[in-house]
Amino acid sequence: MSTDSTAQRRKTSAFTYFLGQNVGLVLALVMLVMAVILYCAVYWIEQQTLPGNFEITSTVNNTMPLVLAAVGQAFVVLTRGLDLSVGGIMDLSNALAAVYIHDSLASMVGWSLLILLISTILGLVNGLLVGVGRLQPILVTLATLSIYQGIAIRVLPQPGGAIPPVYTSVLVNPYQPYALGYLLLVAFVWYAFRRSFIGVSIFAIGNDEQAAMANGINVVRARVTAFTLSGLMSGTAGLFLAATATAGDATTGNGFTLSSIVAVVLGGMNLFGGRGSGVGVIAGAFVTTMIVNILFFSNIDPLYQSFYEGLFLVIAVVLGTLISRLLRRRS
Amino acid sequence: MSGEPDSAGATTAPAIEGIKLSRAFGGVQALDSASLSARHAEVHALVGENGAGKSTLIKILGGRLLPDSGEVRVGGAVVDLFNPDAAHSRGVWTVFQELTLFPWMTVAENLLVRREPRGFLHLIDRKQMATEADTILADLGIHHIDPRKLVEDLSLAQRQIVEIVRVIVQDPEILLLDEPTSSLGENEVEWLFNLIRDLRARDKCIIFTSHRWNEIIDIADRITIFRNGGELGTFTEIDESKAVTLMTGQQVDAFYPQPPLLQDNKPLLEVEGLSGPGISGMSLTLHAGEILGVGGLAGHGHRELFFSLFGAEPTTGGEIMVEGHKVRINSPHDAAALGIALVPEDRKTEGLLLPMSVGVNLTLAVLPQISVLGVIRGTREANLAQAMVDRLKIRTPGLRNPVRQLSGGNQQKVLLARWLLADSHILLLYDVTRGVDVATKHEIYELMLRLAREGRAVLFYSSDAEELAHLSHRVLVVREGRIAAELKAPGITAEDIVSAAVREATSLVD
Repeated sequence: MSTDSTAQRRKTSAFTYFLGQNVGLVLALVMLVMAVILYCAVYWIEQQTLPGNFEITSTVNNTMPLVLAAVGQAFVVLTRGLDLSVGGIMDLSNALAAVYIHDSLASMVGWSLLILLISTILGLVNGLLVGVGRLQPILVTLATLSIYQGIAIRVLPQPGGAIPPVYTSVLVNPYQPYALGYLLLVAFVWYAFRRSFIGVSIFAIGNDEQAAMANGINVVRARVTAFTLSGLMSGTAGLFLAATATAGDATTGNGFTLSSIVAVVLGGMNLFGGRGSGVGVIAGAFVTTMIVNILFFSNIDPLYQSFYEGLFLVIAVVLGTLISRLLRRRS
Repeated sequence: MSGEPDSAGATTAPAIEGIKLSRAFGGVQALDSASLSARHAEVHALVGENGAGKSTLIKILGGRLLPDSGEVRVGGAVVDLFNPDAAHSRGVWTVFQELTLFPWMTVAENLLVRREPRGFLHLIDRKQMATEADTILADLGIHHIDPRKLVEDLSLAQRQIVEIVRVIVQDPEILLLDEPTSSLGENEVEWLFNLIRDLRARDKCIIFTSHRWNEIIDIADRITIFRNGGELGTFTEIDESKAVTLMTGQQVDAFYPQPPLLQDNKPLLEVEGLSGPGISGMSLTLHAGEILGVGGLAGHGHRELFFSLFGAEPTTGGEIMVEGHKVRINSPHDAAALGIALVPEDRKTEGLLLPMSVGVNLTLAVLPQISVLGVIRGTREANLAQAMVDRLKIRTPGLRNPVRQLSGGNQQKVLLARWLLADSHILLLYDVTRGVDVATKHEIYELMLRLAREGRAVLFYSSDAEELAHLSHRVLVVREGRIAAELKAPGITAEDIVSAAVREATSLVD
């Protein structure tokens, strides 16, 4: 009898489990496919042709900063927190890049690394305040958001500066979608994170902090690491933003705080921590961009753009919740 | 530094000792200079009421809590168990009462947390992990838990088994189990006891707590009794009534009170062909003044039955009639309006607002009645709450203390009292005595009978067949989501219930 049930268990395929346990990820991917189809449709109606190399390249390039910011946000969301300082760190990274990166290999590499180091430290500060200081994540990062934005404005009071064209063509090549390579890299980083000790720890504290402690997981270290990783990812996002714009602006990062949270939610990640997929979050970031593209090609008055974005978001979240409820009920 | 240096001394020293351990939480002295000594090759039971300090002691020995004073010795040497890892490194492993599993991770991830097999680039090999978990479970005779399932999707009994397995595979020298059997069915308990006997035969030391006396007699070599944060003595042989007297400090005669005679009363609740996830075609009739027991193995649809009657679980078919009128119950709000109340087992997550005061928790269901224009009338609230505290003998320092500070049994009473205030006349009691100490259990029994005498109807599920047999007018045995048998008092025995429940039923272990 026992061997029977073991055999039966084997029949349940890994795929079935994957579907049942990753409803959020599956929904995010479905949403992405739907968004792409809709985009192609409105594009076809408008241009009588399908999007080509240029559209793919610019879409990937334009989404890269959000992808990076959202994955950073995801690390913190997994711990049941929120990182509102994402935009502030992006602003500072963006401003520093525009002011200091010059047209020499040493300057580009050296300053990029330094900026990433600074961003990581800013994330670490958030983490220490939340983890060691036991303060509320929202409170801490709301405060540091203003502080980091303030420093960014001081570094670059007016939009300006310049990003060397070489730098732009390496990060976000405007002619070919080489940035897809970075996308794969981000996906691999997530893959490795999910299979590392620190990944297990961060997922664990999002599941149940008490249980994590009872299992001997260092809760403070896991939380500090999550915020630090978020800082690093936001810093990287800032560099990509500067590279796309080919100049600096100490305020363009602001919007990314909220849109990173939106991408995390669309990516099917649970805002109460412990559940979710980085690949879903990447898909979520792309859905966010696609919505803007679709609105653009539908000739919607830009004044109403945010209205429709909000509408899309509500519909997406409601549908997602309904479908995942149905799926869970069936399983 | 009193440890014996020579190896001969080490074998004669007790496996683990707690010496004059004290620990306070806020103003409550949970443990007051308590001592315990357990040997190798021994099963040592800790018994006492809830709040007697057993769990606190186990947490200190397991490295989850630091004592305010006193010391712990392992193998005769004083040790500092500042965290669970420190205990683990000395071979001390604990199955805590509140489960420490991660709900949104798979069974395999939970079993192998921090010991995951590594593969390519030193990353965790998830396939290998499932295989290893499979082997671990199969070696321990568990074939009904799939390691690839999420813990969230397991039953309470299955989770408890995973929790136990996780500790057993660490090959503990000293194993601490805090109420490991409270959510297990008979077969699973037998499985666990075989594991424990095997450990004892291999010279290990096992310390466990339980509220079920027959289990304690079954397996314990020695019994230490606790009351009010201190130990009263260690016994090799002691009978139940003496133990209960020691634990409670008072004589308890007739442990199970007699249910009142049942008049030919009108039916209050009629259920016809109720179906939903986990239950199919259930029909039952509950009369005024009746205590209708529901028994059977854990995970066979009792929970679904109770929760769907309370509107907290969806149903797909069937009819419910309350006092002869056909009703629809789609939410707990509907149920409450019809006078149906549910007291669930897991009071930590269902029903009580733990950080809020006893008073608020008592009057929650009647707030509209005691409010004027949405503002709660304080004195009226306090009077109602105080009356309930007195009537149900709820042991609380005051109405303003958070409910979290109360012992488990008293939390159950607060929940019951809330529904009594709301004048519910159909009470669904779902395993309310699970993990509740003897004295409080007795009070809950008395209360149930009084409710029945007042003409209310009680539907009562318990994982303790003994309890069902003694207190119910009738017992429905549920198996695989269906009512498999109906037993009528007088003359119901626990054996009848168990044998009706296990007939052809599959269990988690074999």
